[in-house]
Amino acid sequence: MISSKTSVSVKRRHGLSKKAQKLLMGVLTVFAAAAALIFLLPTILTMANSFMSASEINANYGAIFSTTEEGGKTFISEKINLKFIPDMVSFSQYYTVLFKSPDYLFKFWNSVILVVPIVIFQLAVASLAAYAFARLKGRLKEIIFFVYVVVMLMPYQVTLVPNYLVSDWLGILNTRAAVILPGIFTPFAVFLLSKIMRRIPFSLIEAAKLDGAGEFQIFVHVCMPLCKSALFSVAILVFIDYWNMVEQPLILLSDTSLYPLSVFLSQINTGEIGLAFAVATIYMIPTLLMFLYGEDYLVEGIAYSGGIKG
Amino acid sequence: MKLKTNRQGDAPKIDAKQYKIPKMSKIKNTKEKRHRDSLKKTLKSDGAFPYLCLLPSLIGVMIFFIIPFCVIIYYSMVDNPINKEFVFLQNYINIIKNTAFRKAAVNTLSFSLVSVPLAVVLSMLLAMLLDCKIPFVSQFRTSFLCPMMVPVASVVLIWQVIFHYNGVLNDFLANFGVDKIDWLKSTKGQVVIVALFLWKNLGYNMILFLSALNNIPKDIVEVATLEGAGVFYKFFRIKLRYLSPTIMFVTVLSLINSFKVFREVYLLTGDYPFDSLYMLQHFMNNTFRNIDYQKLSSAAILMAIVMVAIIGALFIAENKFGEDVEG
Repeated sequence: MISSKTSVSVKRRHGLSKKAQKLLMGVLTVFAAAAALIFLLPTILTMANSFMSASEINANYGAIFSTTEEGGKTFISEKINLKFIPDMVSFSQYYTVLFKSPDYLFKFWNSVILVVPIVIFQLAVASLAAYAFARLKGRLKEIIFFVYVVVMLMPYQVTLVPNYLVSDWLGILNTRAAVILPGIFTPFAVFLLSKIMRRIPFSLIEAAKLDGAGEFQIFVHVCMPLCKSALFSVAILVFIDYWNMVEQPLILLSDTSLYPLSVFLSQINTGEIGLAFAVATIYMIPTLLMFLYGEDYLVEGIAYSGGIKG
Repeated sequence: MKLKTNRQGDAPKIDAKQYKIPKMSKIKNTKEKRHRDSLKKTLKSDGAFPYLCLLPSLIGVMIFFIIPFCVIIYYSMVDNPINKEFVFLQNYINIIKNTAFRKAAVNTLSFSLVSVPLAVVLSMLLAMLLDCKIPFVSQFRTSFLCPMMVPVASVVLIWQVIFHYNGVLNDFLANFGVDKIDWLKSTKGQVVIVALFLWKNLGYNMILFLSALNNIPKDIVEVATLEGAGVFYKFFRIKLRYLSPTIMFVTVLSLINSFKVFREVYLLTGDYPFDSLYMLQHFMNNTFRNIDYQKLSSAAILMAIVMVAIIGALFIAENKFGEDVEG
């Protein structure tokens, strides 16, 4: 685990007195705290604003979002009023989102129905492939792995063109499959998992073989249990990546009713600013929950990903 | 002397008599050897299973990435999908001459050129900050990582409130007598996007650096400290060497992520943003709309070539720089 326990850094040497050291530590801590505040603030503000009533939002931000509207409403103030604490805590935004405008819930469901299959199947396909990459030897394997890494490194601007072409051939353009299928076979999880599986000591596999385990049994009973936490971390990383997706649906789906909330949210601000913050907050709940419960897994997964050469 | 030689001379003889391996194994040949051989075989043979494991993924990657990519190479060299007349590099020349593509490429590259080094340096500094034995390290780590977990779409609203013409930032700057600018609709737009990019990506990079810092052998740093090396010497001569593979990885990662900044730009400004924010993905999106395969495929391949060239160059540079430490 990454922690500060074993760190070696600013220390007694170069003649700093204890007082000066304490001062330095204090300054560094204040600096870190300020940075942390900047990192947290947008998220906290979004959440805080979701508890304002629509009229309060309009009063506070009308000057911004009215400019994008055509039928000019009259707004109370021309000035922006960014607030941390609502005048009156109100759940009216949530009430409207959850019970009055089902559109947002549909979009949320769209996100779920796109992302969950991608995460599950990408992990399934990838853990098999990673096992193969960890066990096989030889030049051919290395070439294939290299190709995977190259595909992984390509930006969407490059990979979306092949994806579009295949979806067109298969006739799945403008269906959810067009987003899900390429997502499943994205090599990111293969890359990460094979780095982890390579660390499984070979003697364990040998021992299992001597005990009469077949290859499949080794995979299921030796490899998978050892990779449990790694699978969690990879799942979290893949989930965030796709929960955030914008490029793929924009290109592969032309029917806006299939759009996930990540794309659709940008269109809210033109009209229904009064409930946008609640929708935004609802949309971040799944990833924030994952973060809350899986931060250590996440950190582990990121640390694994370091170093392409593996 | 005599004794010693005797003993030394005797010892092997006794050994040879005691362990007459060939005979022993001959006796047990039938059963034991067969058993041992079969064990060896089971250990060596991997069977077909690992190959089968690779199959689903390989087929998928082939179908969705490799094969169509080859077809795209072909498309990029013919005049149109129906006529299929071979024109070699004409499409590439056209795409390079295309003003929209050039604008998008210049914007994207200049964005990457600024944001990637910043992302590497700042995240390294953050990691070192957390490596300094300051209190609340784990809380700080959590807050630096938080932006990564928040979907872009969710915080776009707040960004709009901050960077709008009537927004918070202009309000704040007005206190210092700075004139109002419409951040997202001016040449300063790139500054905003760089800030958003850093906000989102520093946490991930920082974790990579933290784990790399943790892997630097402690004894080397301690010896250097005892020998009187200063903070700067230790940083530039020791730590930086060990961090070089990570620096390289973070650079590649940030480069890839810098191509994803389109998300922020799109969610903030839509399909046709201000000139300085028109990214390559905007160009691709708009080309997809009228499905011009020639344009699309030559643009995609051009980008792939540039990516491979940049990443290859980084690899070579890292190999040269970090060759005396085994990463």
